[in-house]
Amino acid sequence: MTDLEELTRAATEAAADAGDLATLDDIRVEYLGKKGKLTEQLKQLGKLPEDERPAAGQRINEAKQAVQQAIEARKQALQEAELQQKLESESVDVTLPGRGEQPGGLHPVTRIMDRVRRLFEGIGFEMAHGPEIEDEFHNFDALNIPANHPARADMDTFYLQDFPFLLRTHTSPVQIRSMREQGAPIRIIAQGRVYRCDYDVTHTPMFHQLEGLLVDENVSMAHLKGILTTFLQAFFERDIKVRFRPSYFPFVEPGAEVDIGCLFCDGHGCRVCKQTGWLEILGCGMVHPNVLSACNIDPEQYTGWAFGMGIERLGMLRYGINDIRLNFENDLRFLEQFR
Amino acid sequence: MKISLNWLREFVDVPVGADTLAEQLSLIGLEVAAVESVHPGFAGVVVAEVEAVAPHPDADKLRVCQVNAGTGESLQIVCGAGNVTAGMKAPLIQVGGKLPDGTAIKASKLRGVASQGMLCSAVELGLADEADGLWVLPDDAQPGTQLDALLQLDDTVIEIELTPNRGDCASVLGVAREISALFDRPLQNAEPAAVTPVHDDVVPVALAAAADCPRFLGRVVRGIDPQAASPLWLQERLRRAGIRPISVAVDVTQYVMLEYGQPLHAYDLAELHGRITPRRAAVAETLILLDGQSVALDEDFLVIADEQRALGLAGVMGGADSAVADTTADVYLECAWFSPAVISGRGRRLGLQTDASYRFERGVDPQGQRRAIERATRLLIDIAGGQPGPVDESVEPSQLPTAGPVTLRRERLGRLLGLDIPDATVAGILERLGMTVAATATGWTVTPPGYRFDIAIEPDLIEEVIRIHGYDRIEAQHYPLPQVMKREPEQPANLSRPREVLVQRGYQEAITYSFGDADLQTALCGEPGLALANPITSDMSHMRLSLWPGLLQALGYNRKRQQARIRLFETGLRFFLQDNEIQQESVIAGVAYGGRYPVQWGLESRPLDFADLRNDVEALLALGSDDWQLHPASHPALHPGQSAGIFIENQMVGMLGALHPGHQKRLDLNRPAWLFEIRLDAIGRETVPKFRELSRYPSVRRDLALLVPTGVTAQAVLDCIGDNVPDVLNKLELFDVYQGEGIDSGQKSLAVGLTFQKSSSTLTDSEVDAHVDRVITALNQAFGAELRE
Ligand SMILES: [Zn+2]
Repeated sequence: MTDLEELTRAATEAAADAGDLATLDDIRVEYLGKKGKLTEQLKQLGKLPEDERPAAGQRINEAKQAVQQAIEARKQALQEAELQQKLESESVDVTLPGRGEQPGGLHPVTRIMDRVRRLFEGIGFEMAHGPEIEDEFHNFDALNIPANHPARADMDTFYLQDFPFLLRTHTSPVQIRSMREQGAPIRIIAQGRVYRCDYDVTHTPMFHQLEGLLVDENVSMAHLKGILTTFLQAFFERDIKVRFRPSYFPFVEPGAEVDIGCLFCDGHGCRVCKQTGWLEILGCGMVHPNVLSACNIDPEQYTGWAFGMGIERLGMLRYGINDIRLNFENDLRFLEQFR
Repeated sequence: MKISLNWLREFVDVPVGADTLAEQLSLIGLEVAAVESVHPGFAGVVVAEVEAVAPHPDADKLRVCQVNAGTGESLQIVCGAGNVTAGMKAPLIQVGGKLPDGTAIKASKLRGVASQGMLCSAVELGLADEADGLWVLPDDAQPGTQLDALLQLDDTVIEIELTPNRGDCASVLGVAREISALFDRPLQNAEPAAVTPVHDDVVPVALAAAADCPRFLGRVVRGIDPQAASPLWLQERLRRAGIRPISVAVDVTQYVMLEYGQPLHAYDLAELHGRITPRRAAVAETLILLDGQSVALDEDFLVIADEQRALGLAGVMGGADSAVADTTADVYLECAWFSPAVISGRGRRLGLQTDASYRFERGVDPQGQRRAIERATRLLIDIAGGQPGPVDESVEPSQLPTAGPVTLRRERLGRLLGLDIPDATVAGILERLGMTVAATATGWTVTPPGYRFDIAIEPDLIEEVIRIHGYDRIEAQHYPLPQVMKREPEQPANLSRPREVLVQRGYQEAITYSFGDADLQTALCGEPGLALANPITSDMSHMRLSLWPGLLQALGYNRKRQQARIRLFETGLRFFLQDNEIQQESVIAGVAYGGRYPVQWGLESRPLDFADLRNDVEALLALGSDDWQLHPASHPALHPGQSAGIFIENQMVGMLGALHPGHQKRLDLNRPAWLFEIRLDAIGRETVPKFRELSRYPSVRRDLALLVPTGVTAQAVLDCIGDNVPDVLNKLELFDVYQGEGIDSGQKSLAVGLTFQKSSSTLTDSEVDAHVDRVITALNQAFGAELRE
C-alpha cells in the first residue's frame, strides 16, 4: 500500500503548489474525480480478499479526505489572495475632494439675529414683526417723540415722496404694534432692517436692530439688569462685566446706556475701547408711562422694560468685522467667511 | 459741548482730577466723549517785544529782527512774516524750545544770517486754525512771560455729549450744578452783581406774542470802544469751547451764553427804529441773516422786529442789517426767554443749527435772563468801556412756564428700580439737585427748579434719584418668567428652513439695500417704484419692487472681482402699490450664475439651465404645500421663452427664469443669469402630514413613449394622464425627453413610467391594459399624441 501513501503525498503536494483555482480543479479531477487516481483505488477494493477490504477501504477514504482537505485549504488561500488582489486594484485616492455642490452660508447679520432669537425664544420670548414703511404714529408719536422734538430730528428719517409714511428709524414701533394688539402682560423680541439718512465710514443708510420688551406687574430695573447681564454673557459666552449709565431715550424713563467690559483688552484699555475699558453696546430703560398709555396699558398697574441694540455692532464685536459697510457690499470673499 | 475745567472751578469746587470727573459725569448721565489737555504741547515759548526790524541782505521776504525776550539782551531773529513791525509783541520759541509737533528749535542761519529762535503765528503754536502772520499779543504782555502762563494753558477741556433732555446742562453753570449735586459742594458765583446804570435810555418793547416770548430784557450801552479787542483769557475760553472770537460785543454775548446757558444778542442801536416787538413772521416775510443767507419765513417763525422790519430770527440767528459792526459804539443788548415750542425745528427747516437755537429748543432757564444781562454788561464795559442804561424788563408772568409739583411715592420708587433707598437719601439727592422737597405720608411732593424742563412725571424723579445715587447700586435680579408653551405649527414661520435649503444648495446669503436706482428698477421691473422724498443718493432713491435689482448688482460687483460662479440669495420685503395702498411683501429670491457645479474633478462642467434652477425652486416649494404648478409667464427682467410663474390655487406666488439677454448685455454679464423670487407665505404654509394606508398588493409598471407636438408642455401631458387614472396611479415619472433624429421636426418624444397599484386587491393584466388604453386615448384626443414605434 505504499502506492496509496505515495498517491496521497503527491496529491497534497500538487494541491499546495497549485497557482490558481483552475489548476487546483484539475488536481481534484486527477485524484478525486470519477476516474481519479484515488477513486480508482476504491474501485480496486473488490480485488482484495474480503477480510482486508474494510481496513483498506478506510485507508483509502482517509487518503481521500486528506487530499480533499488539502485542496480545500489551498482553494481558500487562493480565493483569499484573489480577493486581496482585487481589493488592492480597487483602492481609490480618498484625499480627492468630494463631488457635487458645496454649501453656501448665511450672512453674518442673519447669524447674529438667529443666535439672539434662539437665546430669547429659549426663555419664552416671542418674535414680533412690523412693517419697514411705517407711519409717524408708530415710529414717533406713540413712542413719546412729539413733532419738533430734538430726538426726532436726530433720527435722520427717510420719508416717502407721495405718501405720509417714513422708513422706520428703529425697531421700537414693533413694541407699539405688539402692545396695542396683545396688551399686557407681554414679552417679545423684534429684529430687522431700520433706516437712517446717514452714510459715512461708520454709518450705512440701512442697518439692523434688535428690540426686546417685557411688560408685566412688578417688573423693575433690577430685572432689566438681570436679563441683559444674562443675555450678554450668554451671547459672548464669557463672564463679561456689564455697566448701566443714565441716558435718554424718549420712550423710556429711567433710561440707560449699557456698557460691557472691553472684549479686546479685558478692561485694561485699548484702541477699540478708546482706553476706557468699556464698550457701549445698547440702550434700554423702563417703558415710559406715555408709551404704555398710548398702547392702552395702565401704567399704574403695569411696568416694563425695553432695550434695543445694533446687530452690526454685535457682529463687529463677535466676528471682528471692522467696517459696517462690508455688510452690504455682498463681496463673496467677505460672505464666505461666515460659512 | 466742550467745557473748560478751570472755568468750572470758578463755580464749584471739583474735588477730583479731570479723568475721574469725566468718568463720574458719564455715570450720572453726562456722557463724556473726550478729555483733552488745552496745552498744544509746545515748549519754551515766551512773550517777545520786537525792537527793530531790518531787511535781510540776501532775501526779499525775510526780515532780521532784534527782539527783547526779557533776558536782558536782544536776540536776533530772522522772520518771514509780513506783519512783523517794530514795537509789536509776539510769541517767540526760544532756542531749546519746541513746536507742538515736537520739532526742536535750534540756533541756525537763514540765508547766512544767524537766528536765535522763531517768532510764531497762532497756527504754528497749535492755537488757531488760521492766522494772518505773527500772533499779535496784547501790549500789556510782559516780555519774557511764559506763553503758557499768559494763556493759562494749564487747563483741561471735557467734551460732553448732551442728551436732548438736558438743555439745562448746556453751560458751565449747568455742569457746575451737576457737580455740586454729585459731590455735595456748594455752588458759587452764580449770581453776578448788578451794574449800576448811568443813564435812563431804554428802547420800548411790546410783548406782542407773549406765549412765545413772555420775558424780554433789553439794555442800552452807549459809547463803547468799537476797536477794543477781547482780552486773551476771554478769547482763549471761547476757543476752548470751539468758538472763534469776532468782536467784543459778540464775544461777550457768546461768553455769557457758554457760562450761563442764556443766549443774548447785541444790536447796533443806531439801526433800531422805534419799538421792539417779538412777533410771528408774516407769510413770505424775508430776512437777511447774520451769515448773509436770505430766508423766507411764515407764521411758524418768531422774529424780533422794530417798527420797520424784522431784525432777526428769534432764538436762532440775528439779522445782518442790525448787527454790531466794527464802528458800532452804541449797543442794544437783548436777553429774552423764548418758548421751546416756537424755536423747535425752525432752525432745521432753514438748514441752521446755531448755539442759540440748540439751547432755546431744549429749554433755557426762564429765571436766568437778568443775571445773564448783568454779567454781559459788566464784561462789556470792563473791556470796551461805555455807559450802561437800566435793564428794561418786559414780562408776562402768566405765560412763563411753571414747574408744577410732582408726586414721588416711596413704594413706586422701590418697585420701579427694584431697590430700596433710604428716605433721607432720596430727599437729600433731590434737594442737592435744586428741587423743593416736601415729605408726605407716602413719599414726597417735589417741585423742580425752572431750568429742569425734563422733570414732569414721577419716573423722571426716580431717574434723578437713581442717577445720583448710582445705577451701579441696582443689583441684577432674575425675573421669574412664567412658563409658556405656544401652540406652534410644526414648521415655525421663521426663515431658517428656506435659508438652510438654499445654503445646502450652494447659495450664499446676501443683504442688499431696500432702496435702489429708479432707472435700473424701471428697466428690470417696468416701473421705478415708490420714491423717497429725501434719498441719500440718486441710486438709492426708490423702494425696491423686487430683490432682483439688488441681487444683480451684487452679482455684477462680484463679477468685477473675478468670481466665475456666483449663487446668492436674499430674504426681505418688496414694496409696491396695490389699489393705491402700500404693500410690503416678504419674499425669498436668488440669482445663480456660472456652471451647474463648482469646477471640480470628475464632473464635466456645463452651464446652468432652467431645470437646474427649477430644482432649487422645487426644494423651496417642498417646504410648503405640494399643490403648486409652473406655467409660462413673462416679466420684463426675464427671457420670454425661459420664464415661468409659480402658481398656488391659481394665484401667482413667484417667478423664475433666465435674465433677459438685453439686461444680460447691459449688466455686462457674459453668461446667462438665472433668477427666482417667491413669496414667503407660499412656502411657509403649514401642512400637517396625513397618513395613508400602505397597499399590501403588488404594483405594476408600464412605460410609454409618447409622440406629441413640440408645443405641448410636459405638465399638460402629465396632468392628462393623472386625470384619467386618478385612483390607481401610484407614481408617474417622466424619464426621457427627446427631439431630433428619427422624429418629425414638429414633434417630441416623452417617455413616461406609470406605476399602478390598488389598495384592496391585486391588479390584473387586463385591468392595467384598460387603464393604459384609456390614457392613450385621452392623450390622443387632447394632443394628438401617439405611441412611438
Ligand atoms: Zn479695550
